[in-house]
Order: sequence, then C-alpha cells, then structure tokens
Amino acid sequence: MRWLIKDARLLDPDHGVDRVADLLIEKGKIAKIGMGLSVEGDHEVVEAAGMVLSPSFIDIHVHLREPGREYAETIESGVRAAAAGGFSAVACMPNTDPPLDNHAMVHYVIDQALKYGPVEVMPIGCITRGRAGERLAEFGEMVDAGAVGVSDDGDPVSDSSLMRRALEYAQQFDIPIFTHPEDRTLSRNGVMNEGVVSTRLGLKGIPKQAEEIGIARDIELTALTSGRLHVLHVSSAGGVELVRRAKERGLNVTAETAPHYLALTDESLAGYDTNRKMNPPLRTSVDREALRRGVAEGVLDVIATDHAPHPVHEKEAEFDSAPFGVLGLETALGVLITHCVRPGHLTLETVIERLTAGPSRVLGRELAGIREGQKASLTLFAPDESWVVDPGRLHSISRNTAFGQERLFGVVKALFLGEEMIPSEQGSSSQDRPATMVP
Amino acid sequence: MKLARKHLLGMEGVSRTEIETLLNCAETFKEILDRKIPKVPSLRGLTAVNLFFEPSTRTRVSFELAEKRLSADSVSISASTSSSEKGESLIDTIHNVEAMKVDFLIVRHSAAGAPHFLASRCDVSVINAGDGCHEHPTQALLDLFTIRQHFPTLEGLKVAILGDIAHSRVARSNIWALRTMGAQVTLCAPRTLLPPGIEDLGAKIHPRLDDLIDEMDIIMVLRIQKERQGESFLPSSREYARHFSLTRSRADRMKTNSFIMHPGPINRGIEMAPEVADGPRSVILDQVTNGVAVRMAVLYLLAGGETDHAMAN
Repeated sequence: MRWLIKDARLLDPDHGVDRVADLLIEKGKIAKIGMGLSVEGDHEVVEAAGMVLSPSFIDIHVHLREPGREYAETIESGVRAAAAGGFSAVACMPNTDPPLDNHAMVHYVIDQALKYGPVEVMPIGCITRGRAGERLAEFGEMVDAGAVGVSDDGDPVSDSSLMRRALEYAQQFDIPIFTHPEDRTLSRNGVMNEGVVSTRLGLKGIPKQAEEIGIARDIELTALTSGRLHVLHVSSAGGVELVRRAKERGLNVTAETAPHYLALTDESLAGYDTNRKMNPPLRTSVDREALRRGVAEGVLDVIATDHAPHPVHEKEAEFDSAPFGVLGLETALGVLITHCVRPGHLTLETVIERLTAGPSRVLGRELAGIREGQKASLTLFAPDESWVVDPGRLHSISRNTAFGQERLFGVVKALFLGEEMIPSEQGSSSQDRPATMVP
Repeated sequence: MKLARKHLLGMEGVSRTEIETLLNCAETFKEILDRKIPKVPSLRGLTAVNLFFEPSTRTRVSFELAEKRLSADSVSISASTSSSEKGESLIDTIHNVEAMKVDFLIVRHSAAGAPHFLASRCDVSVINAGDGCHEHPTQALLDLFTIRQHFPTLEGLKVAILGDIAHSRVARSNIWALRTMGAQVTLCAPRTLLPPGIEDLGAKIHPRLDDLIDEMDIIMVLRIQKERQGESFLPSSREYARHFSLTRSRADRMKTNSFIMHPGPINRGIEMAPEVADGPRSVILDQVTNGVAVRMAVLYLLAGGETDHAMAN
C-alpha cells in the first residue's frame, strides 16, 4: 500500500522540519517529501491541508492493567486507546496483578501486544520484587525480555539504600530508573493537594513537599551513584526547580509531567469529581504555571499521560474512597492544544517535541522522524478541528476521563505505522467535524 | 419569602438573604414548638429519610423531631443497620432509598462530599447533616439563631472558635455563616489543629486564648477528640487544656453579656470545665432546643414553603 499525504504541515522539531509539503509512504517507509508530488498506480491520497503530520507520539507512562484488572483495561483496549490518541508506542507500568517483576511477565505483555496490531508496548519492570520495596527484581533478565526501564510506580521505594542500589545496578543495563517520588509519611491519608481548597472542601491534603522531598532524595542518590533517573509525573513548582538544578549540576536526570497537570488545578475539585482525583494531585495555578514554563524551557523533557484506567463502579464513590488515577491517552493531544497551545502557554512545536523526541531520549532511542528513507511512524492530526469528549465512546474500557463533555481542539486523524494506516474515529460522532479524510 | 434551592449542602455560598429567611422562618417554628400541641401539618404526605453513616444522637434526634413536628413521614437508617456494612456501595444504597420514593435525604457521612455525591445523582432534596471535616450547615444555622436571641445583630460581633478547627465541620460552616452575616471570626487553636489556608475563608488566627478572651462576645468551643493525641496533633490533652481549655478563671474574665457555645458532645475537663459548661454564660442547651426549630425551617423551605405561610399552617 502506498499513501500520498498532500499539503500537510510536516512538523518534526527534532530534525528541524516544519513546512507544508506532500509526503509519500511506500513499503512502510517515507519514500519522498516534496511539493506537488504525484504517483501513478495503486495508491491512496490523503488530503491533509490544514492538518499536521508529525512523528508518531510515544507515551512512556501508562497503566494497561493486564494481567489482573482486565475489567479496567486490557492490553488490547489500551493499544486501541493509544492509537486513537496518536500514540504508536506506550511504556506500561508494572503495577499489575501479579506485577511485572520477572522476565516471564515481561514476555507475556509483549506477546499479548503483538496480537493487537502495530502499536508497540514497552514494559517497564519492577524495581523491587512484588513491588514490595524490599529486594531488587532481576533487571537483567527483564531487560533481555524487552523491558525498557524499571519502576515501582504507584509506590515510592521508601528505603533509600535500596533506591541507591537500584540506581547503581541499573547502569549495567543502561536503563533509567523511573521514580515515583513521594514521602508517604507526609502524604499519608491525603486525597488532594493540601491548601486552601482542601481546607474548604474538608478533604485531607497532600502537601507538595511530599513530592519534593521524594524528588530531592532521588536526585541526591543519582548524584551519589552517577545513575540515570527519570522523574515521573512532576506536579509542583518546587519539583520543576529541583529537576532544573539537577540538570544544571550535570546529573543524568530527566522528568515528565502529564496533560492534566498542565490543564487543571485543585480548584476544579469543588464538585468532588473523582475523575479528577489522581496521585500526585492537581495543584495550584502557581504550580501549573511553573509546569508550563518547565515544559517550554525543556526542564521537563516529556509529556506523558499516566493513563490510569479505573472502572466506573470504583470511581462512582465518595471522594475519599475512590482510587487515584485518570485516563490520558485519547485526550492528551486535545487537552494540550486546548489548554496550552491555543491560550499561548506552549507552542505546538514544543508540545510535539515533548510527545516524540523527548520520550525517545529517555528510552535511549533515536527518533525516526520525518526524513526520506526512514520507517513511516507518523501521526496525522487537525489542530484546529474540535470534538466533544464523550466518555462512553472512548476506546478504553474505563471512563474516568477528567475532560468528559469538554470540547477539545485537536483531532487525531490517523496513525501511519510502517505498512499500516490506523484511522482514528476521534470526534467522529460530532456533526461539526468536516470529513476530510479521503480513504 | 421562599428559598430558591433544592439542597442544603453547606453554608459556603448561602447568601445573607437566604440565611435571614431561614432564621426568620425558624422564629415562627420556635413559637409553634412552645404551643401545647407543637405540631403543624406543613409537610404532611412528604417522606424524609435520615441516613446516618456515622454515629450521632443529637443531630439525628433533632432532625427526627423536626420532621415529626412538621407531620412528615420519616425513617432513620444508621450505619449499623443499613447495608453499608455488607459492602453495598453508597450509590446502591441511594438508588434503593430513592426507589422507595422519598422527598428528603438527610445525610451524615464520614467522607467529605458524600452529600454532594448523592445530590448530583438522585432526584431528592439532600440536607447535609455533617460530612467528614467539611460542613455541618444546620449546626451553623442553629448557632446563628441562638446568637440572635441575645444580640440584635450579628454585624461586627466578635466570635472566637476555639479548638480542633482542622477536623471540624462545625467550624467551617460557622466561619462561612458568621462571615456572611458580618461577624468577626477569630480562630484559636494550636497550629497543628489549624488547616492550611483557613485565613482565606475570612477568619483571623490567634494562638493565645488568654490574649483574646476578654474581647469576645461569643466563644464557640469545639470538642477535642481523644484520638488526636495518637496522631500527634497534640502531645497530650492535659497540655492542650493548660493553654486552650475554657476554665472557670478564664470564663470569669469574659465580658458581661458574652456567651459560651459548644456543638456537643462535650469532653468535660478537657476543652471546657464542667462548671463553665453548666454556668450562667453557657447557652449550650438553648442550642439543642433551637436545633429543632431551625431544622424545621430548613425542611419547610427546601420543600418550597413560604415563611409568611409557616404560621398559617
């Protein structure tokens, strides 16, 4: 199959590409880029004027729930959600049941994912056996099986000596430690950001210092060990500053934040909406501002969704009892364009870089990008078209989006992965979306 | 006057006019309660369910009496007898109660926001009877009502709230309500029992009871729960009492014509000396009496009643 994508804005900040042109995909590769391309014979034309074609997105922080909680998400539903959101690869966290703490489990996830199409699932193994925070898991065997890093995400590794050993031992396999920074003795029983809003709502707060203490400790352990650290879900202004200083010291530290932290604040919990309950929690507008600046300045290398499905029956509960976590894959682009790009906080180029080249660097991979001869791995989206998020129409099994019923700008049209084209039906229920997709 | 709302979930956002309407209506019902037959047919045919997921005597009985005095049919369900211990979720409990076609849900729950959760998911008028550390609006209303019995206006009145502000729904509801009515609110507690940002609700903080006691018109004393020691909010209740207990010698320094309130139940000897609780400045039992009239007003007005007609009924 050959695809001729016409008049798209080709946007690959990592390779300095930003121009309107045609792009031809042949035999799974980018065969040609140029103006007014035409081809003979068997091919499909995609009229893409007004749309953006970028390297496909990579999400290095998702929860696919399989094995163990298939009622919340499966690898199959997770990769469909990923494709619908424009993601060609996702790194899944090991807090499954049983957890991904050995090579057999890592193999299992990869084998499952291969059944469901071309979206790549990259398992992250556990730091500690059973995620119990007591003994190291076998990093080497998990890496041989295909793990791209290790993490006890969801729980911090509380024991500083153990975290030190993890940072040392991981160097042999050239993988990052994905840290969930949290001082549990400080965050204990908390359900939202601590501050005037938690006081008003009568909910137990989690001070941002619980995250900052965790980040500070792990940065110092990285200095001690010359290790490689990736800080998950930075949510606070202080967290951004700690990462900034670590980078200035020349430490091998990268960091991410999630679209919901860039879009929302704790003020949005006034109605006790459990679909906005996550850990770390939504913070204040000062923190949101610092996170946006951190992304703009590259202190935060990556935007990752922390896609965390939970079934309706668990989220439909009083705020204290509902589990932490929100969906992210299918709304990421729309949330970022609507809440960051259109209001002028971030450029589209920055957002795309943090969804493509940024995560590639964390994984130590080279981004194929938009260059002739490279394997086709591209996301086509319409930044100025909009859709209304209908939780019932998401590909995830779960419905816990923080953006239900919201109109989002930025409609994913399709993923081009090698020989395949996966159309996204994003927003297809909306009558206001012009049908510009030709095939 | 009518009240243009279906639920009473908290005092945050309740306007001065609404509060005055509620208190005026309660005055009317207070008179009815003093009659030989203290009962009116105002809510005949309506059904109220008192859903108490947390133990309560005072508030539950007060609501039950208010419902009976208004001739509503009512049942009370407490956590020990409801299905919540069998693992039934809050949402299922509610759908079942609603399926029985009731008009009012009076809810007490240990989780903040539980009444809001119910109000957004069922077609019944919901009254918050205390949710976690969030709000307890009928307590604040009965406190305002009790204060009004002694002062012509709340405007400019100096009110101190003393004790465990952090874990108190009574404190939050009273801060909102008193501020709306123009009173000055001072919070007096050790720093561990003051929640972050509480000043933003419009209250001042003063850490020394001895410095402010002779200026206050009203001192509201809150219960100090024994378990706060275990959680290291306090080293001991003995030390707390030394600095914050309303002792007799402290009470003696209060202004003439100043009053002491407590939402109950009292830990005598910890937050307040027994002779102070039973002393001449104490209006604690008036609060309890007024609770019934105030809750009648809340039920009556939420059902769409008009204050001018309350007496005629």
